[in-house]
Amino acid sequence: MTPFQYAGASDAADAVRRAEATGARYLGGGTNLVDLMRETIERPAALVDVTGFSREVIEQENSGLRIGAATRNTALAEHPLVRTRYPVLTRAIVAGATAQIRNMATVGGNLLQRTRCTYFYDDDGSRCNKRSPGQGCDALDGFNRGHAILGASKACVAVNPSDMCVALAALDAIIHLESPGGARRLPLTDLHRLPGERPDIETVLAPGELITAIELPALPISMRSGYRKVRDRASYAFALVSVAAALHIEDGHIEDVRLALGGVSHKPWRAWRAEEALRGQPASEAMFRRAADAELSEARPLKDNGFKIELARRTIVAILAQLAGEKR
Amino acid sequence: MSLREKAKQRLQATAMSMVQKAVALAPDAWVPGGDPDPLIHHRNGLIGAPIPRLDAPEKVTGTARFAAEVPLDGMLYAALVYSTIAKGRLVSLDTSAAEAAPGVALVMTHRNAPRLKPLPTFTSNLRSAAQDSLPVLQDDRIHWNGQPVALVLAETQDQADYAKSLLHPVYEPGHAITRFAEAKAAGLETGAMMGMRFKDEIGDAETVLAACPVTVDEVYSTPRHNHNALELHAVTVVWDGDDLTVHDATQKLAHTAWSLAHAFDLAELQVRVFSPYVGGGFGGKGLWQHQLLAAAAARLAGRPVRLVLSREGVYRIVGGRTLTEQRLAIGARPDGRFKALVHLGTVAMTPHNNMPEPLIMGTRGSYAARALRLEVQAARVDMIANTFMRGPGEAVGTFALESAVDELAVRLGMDPIELRLLNEPEKEPTSGLPFSLREVEKIFRDGAERFGWSRRSQTPGQRRQGEWLIGMGVARGTYPHNRMPGGAARLTVTRDGRATVEFAGQEMGMGTATVHAQVTAERLGLPMTHVIATVGDSTLPGRVMAVASAQTASFGAAIAATHKKLVKELIGLAGNDGPLAGLSPDQVGGLNAGLAKLDDPTRHESYASILSRAGQAELTVEATAPLPLETMHWSMHSHSAMFCEVRVNAVTGEIRVSRILGAFDCGRILNARTAASQFRGAIIMGIGLALMEETQFDERNGRIMNASLAEYHVPVHMDVPDIEVMWTDTPDPHAPMGAHGVGEIGITGTAAAIANAVFNATGKRIRDLPITLDKLL
Ligand SMILES: Cc1cc2nc3c(=O)[nH]c(=O)nc-3n(C[C@H](O)[C@H](O)[C@H](O)COP(=O)(O)OP(=O)(O)OC[C@H]3O[C@@H](n4cnc5c(N)ncnc54)[C@H](O)[C@@H]3O)c2cc1C
Repeated sequence: MTPFQYAGASDAADAVRRAEATGARYLGGGTNLVDLMRETIERPAALVDVTGFSREVIEQENSGLRIGAATRNTALAEHPLVRTRYPVLTRAIVAGATAQIRNMATVGGNLLQRTRCTYFYDDDGSRCNKRSPGQGCDALDGFNRGHAILGASKACVAVNPSDMCVALAALDAIIHLESPGGARRLPLTDLHRLPGERPDIETVLAPGELITAIELPALPISMRSGYRKVRDRASYAFALVSVAAALHIEDGHIEDVRLALGGVSHKPWRAWRAEEALRGQPASEAMFRRAADAELSEARPLKDNGFKIELARRTIVAILAQLAGEKR
Repeated sequence: MSLREKAKQRLQATAMSMVQKAVALAPDAWVPGGDPDPLIHHRNGLIGAPIPRLDAPEKVTGTARFAAEVPLDGMLYAALVYSTIAKGRLVSLDTSAAEAAPGVALVMTHRNAPRLKPLPTFTSNLRSAAQDSLPVLQDDRIHWNGQPVALVLAETQDQADYAKSLLHPVYEPGHAITRFAEAKAAGLETGAMMGMRFKDEIGDAETVLAACPVTVDEVYSTPRHNHNALELHAVTVVWDGDDLTVHDATQKLAHTAWSLAHAFDLAELQVRVFSPYVGGGFGGKGLWQHQLLAAAAARLAGRPVRLVLSREGVYRIVGGRTLTEQRLAIGARPDGRFKALVHLGTVAMTPHNNMPEPLIMGTRGSYAARALRLEVQAARVDMIANTFMRGPGEAVGTFALESAVDELAVRLGMDPIELRLLNEPEKEPTSGLPFSLREVEKIFRDGAERFGWSRRSQTPGQRRQGEWLIGMGVARGTYPHNRMPGGAARLTVTRDGRATVEFAGQEMGMGTATVHAQVTAERLGLPMTHVIATVGDSTLPGRVMAVASAQTASFGAAIAATHKKLVKELIGLAGNDGPLAGLSPDQVGGLNAGLAKLDDPTRHESYASILSRAGQAELTVEATAPLPLETMHWSMHSHSAMFCEVRVNAVTGEIRVSRILGAFDCGRILNARTAASQFRGAIIMGIGLALMEETQFDERNGRIMNASLAEYHVPVHMDVPDIEVMWTDTPDPHAPMGAHGVGEIGITGTAAAIANAVFNATGKRIRDLPITLDKLL
């Protein structure tokens, strides 16, 4: 690890000020950033600890939720309002990592956790455009069983590893940001970028921009929602494919639907096309399959991950069928 | 391998086969084990008792001190830089920035490293512990991707790690053979190791096979695996003049001492290795470069050094199990009797080691077939030296063999257990030796009963619960009973009726010290509380590695010999005027803290009495075990019947093992608790072998890409179901204590049982491990 300065911040303004003054990176639970520092992939000269404030989950007047960025993953997953109103979010969080890691990890840090591509992690042994722009990508023709089938580029085929973000993408979550220039809000689905030519730029955030909260709109549909994660062992593995879904059916027809995929792209993948194909249609397996096909029509397999297309299709259909079959 | 080494191998093999023939033909009584160990008939109640490990309190309370925890005054911490190319030269390495970094004592490269003598590999020299024959930081040549090229010493670990990140070696790559296909094309050689040649031909198997009415002829493959013991490899070393003390985590204690002495050109006794606790070995805790590098750096710095590998470091410089490609063919008559058995394996090893994964070992003694063709061939790949890993040979070999037997059963429409039992041989088919113990039918029958095998549907895909398809599978596991030469021990009894048994054994968490305290107490007729077993110091008697499930037998035989000598001396001391007068050592045994006549326990005298009458405070004897010739006189093997139930998700292909039962034929069980733990642990490793373990070796540059426990998958708790184990507890009359080793048998057969269960659940036959969900979609 490269030596660095460390300071705690008392509130958001303090954090932003410190970061601007020192060029510091924000430190949440450190479960990702500190690992990357140990591997010398990240070498920040200074860290500002942002876990000392914005740690509450507050119910809004419109009955949505405002989740402080420093809320621990465990606390969020166990929150009674989250469990009852947004079960997909609880399920997604507890499907990730381990209890120990979730106890440390913050919501803000989870949003910005970086890819687990092993070529990205192999600092001095492999080429990676994310680490060293322009260097080349060893994953393209290397081990890429876990890599992207949607929205990848020649420069990068890595995936976003977060489970929580998949649920948030389905739930129309809004990210609250603060920077010296002021505050702004952003739909979560706009936060992460596709890799294009610059996979090193992973989000639309400006340097020093602080995530202060996540807002979940009131979303009745989310009461009937679920998360299904498919992975190589029963626990403690990243998703090969995951699906977050919420479904509202009236008289056998799909009134409304939310669908997002994980493990398939450089960003949490909101399945807009599938949703579009489903709204107003009869709730049938054939329809679910057609919607999944629509979403996956642009999927492109790499050497080792062609199975993900079929796996995603099956998982989408299975979770929608399950939600459709559940009693209200 | 050099021509000379090859010639040596061939000579060894010839000499070995001559010895084998002579021993095979010798009368039983001439061979160790010809007279059963008297312990087999002992009934003092300790043998088999589920006594908890004596070191458990130390481990649970954190007072057990491991190699990475030994504090030494003035100690420096080391960090290693690993090469990123597989072959070529280190052209330049600017060390100035690292040397100037805070806390750095020195940077060691091939330019300033002390000169070390090359070591023979442990498969070519009985005293060596070395995995390969490469020079350690002696020149600029690179032999594998991950080879250490520099070492940093600093006042703290963090300082060493940081300084290491300032080193940017420049290489000139050479042509490396990292693709298996290229290595195979460059030439294959028949595997041979430690005097054994991995090739058997009896009859014309291919011709017989071709003429058989029912056949299976398939290719099975298994990937590379890495060692992932919980404890990272670590060493703490200090020089005192020319005397070297090493705190190591090793399963090759005395061999490590010899090797370090050899490399530094010292007398063997100038090196002392301590390793009282080892956090898991599995074949991986041997002598790799880090011990030599740490000792060299300590010499250079004139200060003690601690070197703890990072998890990535373990992947870079500790070899694992090699990959295998196996052709397995069985030709049978319509009634199921085997006529021909073909098992041909191709494996990778390196130009600098010799470990042709002996995957045919389990096939040799498993089934009766007139015609056999078995062979292992090796290709040379530029990579870290592959090595032994729990159940080397059998773990992967039985996957092919036992999958094929299952396939044949399907083809014949037979129950796979009946098919196996129908082909039980009467003597070992390849060697013709008689079996010392073989209760294969019993473990299959008892296991089937307990597991509920009769509920299995022979047609695949018949049981389903929601999305989950449920299937059952069975397979047989097998592992040889091994005993190593070099066993020795020291035994002391004191006048207050206590005893100490000492030997250079290694306690890797299996319960070695506990079990030998138990056995010694039983032999002496003392309570467990009065016996101490001391291990983990290279200066203690014996030179036996903890490998091949042989440590218990190897030191057990030494302790038996030592005990015999002790009894003889005690009888001598007891003289002609006590209750033991006139008895020979064979007529007495330990009872109630003394010696008694075996068939007349009233003729008894306590150790206290014997020693005080002789005016001695204590009596110490030392003895060595006889050469392990019994394993050439009988075919000595353990067996298992592995039963397994799996659930396969019909939508996603996810696999969950829901039930496992292992029934074992392993001779007498010395400690029910530690043995069950070995069985279960090995079965869990078998689940990993079947479903997830796989080293991602990038064939483009020979680099291991998943060098971390986040990416290299082993089973987590949720992957491990209830595991039931049972055993026959029938003593092997020819093995010391009647017992076989139990450390490895559990991993053999497990992968095939799981694969067979997956077939029964889904109708899909997966012949390529690991069985990941994508293969079932
Ligand atoms: C072995 C392992 C397995 C895992 N498995 C899974 C899994 O299966 N599924 C899954 O979803 N995750 C998994 N994780 C990842 C885990 O979820 C993340 O590490 C965690 O969520 C990161 O949160 P943190 O607070 O520790 O972030 P940090 O490590 O503290 O920070 C991560 C990034 O976020 C930035 N950051 C933190 N807070 C803010 C803020 N308020 N504003 C702006 N930037 C900020 C940091 O600067 C840094 O760049 C795993 C992690 C490990 C180590």
